Amino acid sequence: MTTDATLYRLESIQHRYAERIVLDIERLDIRRGETLAVIGPSGSGKSTLLRLLQFLERPTAGRLWFDGRAIEAEPPLDVRRRVTTVFQRPLVLSRSVRANLTYGLRVRGVKERPREIDHLLVALGLAHLSHTPARTLSGGETQRVSFGRALAFNPDVLLLDEPTANLDPRNVRLVEELIRERQSQGVTVVLATHQIFQARRLAHRAALLLDGQIVEVAPTAQLTDHPADPRTRAFLTGDMIY
Amino acid sequence: MSQLLSEFNRPELLQIVALTLRVTGAALLLATALGVPVGAFLGLVRFRGQRLITLSLYTGMGLPPVVVGLFVYLALSRSGPLGALGWLFTPAAMIVAQAIIAFPLVAGLTMSAVAGVDHAMRQQVFALGASRWQGAWTVLLEARVGVTAAIVAAFGGIISEVGAVMLVGGNIEGQTRVLTTAIVLYTRQGDFAMAMALGVTLIAVAFGANVLLLRLQGRLRDQ
Repeated sequence: MTTDATLYRLESIQHRYAERIVLDIERLDIRRGETLAVIGPSGSGKSTLLRLLQFLERPTAGRLWFDGRAIEAEPPLDVRRRVTTVFQRPLVLSRSVRANLTYGLRVRGVKERPREIDHLLVALGLAHLSHTPARTLSGGETQRVSFGRALAFNPDVLLLDEPTANLDPRNVRLVEELIRERQSQGVTVVLATHQIFQARRLAHRAALLLDGQIVEVAPTAQLTDHPADPRTRAFLTGDMIY
Repeated sequence: MSQLLSEFNRPELLQIVALTLRVTGAALLLATALGVPVGAFLGLVRFRGQRLITLSLYTGMGLPPVVVGLFVYLALSRSGPLGALGWLFTPAAMIVAQAIIAFPLVAGLTMSAVAGVDHAMRQQVFALGASRWQGAWTVLLEARVGVTAAIVAAFGGIISEVGAVMLVGGNIEGQTRVLTTAIVLYTRQGDFAMAMALGVTLIAVAFGANVLLLRLQGRLRDQ
């Protein structure tokens, strides 16, 4: 069982693609309302971890708990709808920017609140592109649409997979401000990134993932300034060869 | 030239065009109603035996219409399993035959269009809270340009088809005579002016219908 403060619990989780083990986590708790940064090199299993947390894939072995419920089969729709992901490679629907932003509301049968969507468009710097076909946007604009689409229906959990990878510094700041706004509203955020400084700016705790295994989990400043594990130190200083 | 133009005033021409549109339109509607869901299912889901079904569909896309006509003829003939319907030599038989010809085209090309939508898109809509049905519908909408192309291809395939409708319709004047069968008849009778007028009309009808479908496709693409 999980405590009230724990939203996700991963116990002896192992995930394989064919015979290859891509994730092997003995124990990881994600607390309600916290922002956890999952850092690690490319291919370390960050995106796979997010897919498990989004219930897109079932772990090959082990137990995943969400809000006190053991997730064994596909969870009910109302549970699944509490969580959303902004993917590393954002794909937008062949519709207008606005229609992309309201997609999550429409599938939930929630009436669109035009002022909230307008506010989101302005906050993302997309107001002038509201009626533009989303497929015609630049990479950075597409990423912001993808981000806004996830915020529009106020999820309880935001899973962010390199959410600012395609953005210039101004838009990185803009997106980070929106993440902070959601943090203040109690949204739980899991941020997969290899940007240490972004993890420091946003996350309460950070976990280093290497070859599918959690090496160290600690408050972000502690993990980055005083890492306990030599592999963490090697990763942070860029001395790690992988 | 003036003789050709005067052929357009013959009263049976309008009747033939109207029946052609009715038969082809109904067959296309039927094939679309069945073929799009089947194609979408095949494009979205993986299961045992799928390759065999896919292979059958692709084979069906190249079926000679006259062979389809033969099967429908045998099924609807008095001693056939569906003989009691009394559809042979009626527009209903022609609609069935054309729908059978169009179905693999619509289903096969819809399948390709849906399967061509990035798999990551399905995960994205799932992560945005879509149910399985909503997700499938969204993917189908993403493939809408390809699905429209499937319908356009099927329309082209059946409006110009002559073998099946000739066999099961019988080319009866005022009842089952459509543009293609009428062209055959007037050519055989040596009435080349009328055959030419019908040929030009067939091309114009096909062109007009394709303009409509392509405008719809363009509008869908722009959305």
